[in-house]
Amino acid sequence: MKKFTVLDLLSLDLKEHNALDLVCIGGRPGLSNEIRIPDLNRPGLALGGFYDKFGFDRIQIFGRGETAFIRKLASEDKTETIDEIFKRDIPCVIFTHGLDPTDDFRRIAEGADCPILQTDLPSSEFSSRLMRALSNIFAPHEMIHGVLVEVFGIGVIILGDSGVGKSEAALELVERGHRLVADDAVDISCVAGNILLGAGANRALGHHMEIRGLGIINVTHLFGVGSIRDSKQIQLIVELEQWDSNKEYDRIGAEERTRDILGVSIPYLQVPVKPGRNVPIIIETAAMNERLKKMGYFSAREFNQSVLKWLESEHARSAYFQNNGLLHRDVRSEIDQDEA
Amino acid sequence: MIEKDITVTNRAGIHARPAAMIVQTASRFESKIMLGKDNEEINAKSIMGIITLGAGYDTVLKMRVEGSDEQEAADALAALFEKRFQEESA
Repeated sequence: MKKFTVLDLLSLDLKEHNALDLVCIGGRPGLSNEIRIPDLNRPGLALGGFYDKFGFDRIQIFGRGETAFIRKLASEDKTETIDEIFKRDIPCVIFTHGLDPTDDFRRIAEGADCPILQTDLPSSEFSSRLMRALSNIFAPHEMIHGVLVEVFGIGVIILGDSGVGKSEAALELVERGHRLVADDAVDISCVAGNILLGAGANRALGHHMEIRGLGIINVTHLFGVGSIRDSKQIQLIVELEQWDSNKEYDRIGAEERTRDILGVSIPYLQVPVKPGRNVPIIIETAAMNERLKKMGYFSAREFNQSVLKWLESEHARSAYFQNNGLLHRDVRSEIDQDEA
Repeated sequence: MIEKDITVTNRAGIHARPAAMIVQTASRFESKIMLGKDNEEINAKSIMGIITLGAGYDTVLKMRVEGSDEQEAADALAALFEKRFQEESA
C-alpha cells in the first residue's frame, strides 16, 4: 500500500455525516508524517507523566479534558511531560471541539515537526468518524480487471478476458437503466471483514468506458447522473467466456458456486458468450435470481423439490391402485362396463 | 514469466494516445501482460486500466509478462516506452 500521510488524512474527500472537518493550525512541515496504525489515542495518562504502553505511534486526540490539562500545566509553567511526549515519534495531534493548544504546546509540537490539526466536531463523534475512515483506508485492497455495475440493486462484477464483451454488456445494462460503478479497473476493498466494496480506481477521472469502435465515452454525460454510482458492495461475480462446446456449463444451477476475493466468498456464475446470445438479459436475470435467493427462494432447488414431490405422489397413487388389484385405467373401464 | 521495470520517458506521461498504443501492442500477443505501479496492477490490454494507473513522467512501472510469446511481448512493449510513444524524438 502507498504511504498514508497526515496530508492524505487532511485531503480525504468525505461527505456530510462522514466529514472530518480537519484544518491544519500548525507544524506544516510534519504533514508528510506517515500514519502507520489505524488507531487513535487519548494521551491523558502520558500528560500526567505515565508513559508505560503510551501509544505514541497513533493519532493523538486532545479533547476537552486533555486541553484543560495542558492549560493547567501552562499556568503552572510545567512543560516536562509535553516535552517528553514529543520526544517520541508522533504522527499528528488533533484538537477537537475547535479547541486551541497553548503557546508552549504549539512551540514544542512544531519543534518536533508534529502537525497540529483541529476539528469543530466533539471528540466522541470525531473518533468514530476517524476510525471509520481509517478502517476503510487500511482495509485490504485489490485491483481487479472487470466492470462493476449495479443491477436491480445487486452489485455485479463482470469478469472475463479482454475483448470478450464486458464493457459492451455493461453499456447495454446502463442503457436499460442500471448503474455503472467502474469500468476496466475496479478497486476492491474488504471492509468490516466480510463486505467487498468496489469503486473506480481513480475517482478524479470519473465514469468513462472504452467501447471498441467508439473509443472513450463519458457515461455521466451520455446517460445522466442516474446511471452512475461511486461505490457498491459486490454481491455477484459473472465471468464471461467464449462459448466452448467441449465444456460443460451449469444447466440446473442447484449448487451455488462461489469464488473468493480477498478471502470473501461471493456467488459466482460462468456465462458463455457467443453471437446471438443476449448477455445483458442473462446478467439482469442472474441479479434478480440473486435477490430471490436472498429473500429465501432458490428457483432451481424449489423446482427440484416440486419435481420430487410430484414423482412421489405419482408413485404413491400407482402403488395404491396396485395394492387393490386395480390399475387406474381399469377402474374406469369397469365402471363403464357396469353402466353398460 | 518475465518481469521488467520500465520508465515512462515522455514528458506528458501515459495519457489516452500512449495508452491506446500500449493496448494495441499488448493485444497482438497471446501472453498475459500486467503493468504495476505502487501496489496496483492492471491488465495492459485495457485502455481505461492503463489510464487510471496515472503514470506520469519518470514513473517506473513493473511489467509482468506470462505466456507462450512472453519474450516478444516484453521486447515490443519496452521498445514502445523507449521510443517515447513516438511523441518526442528519442
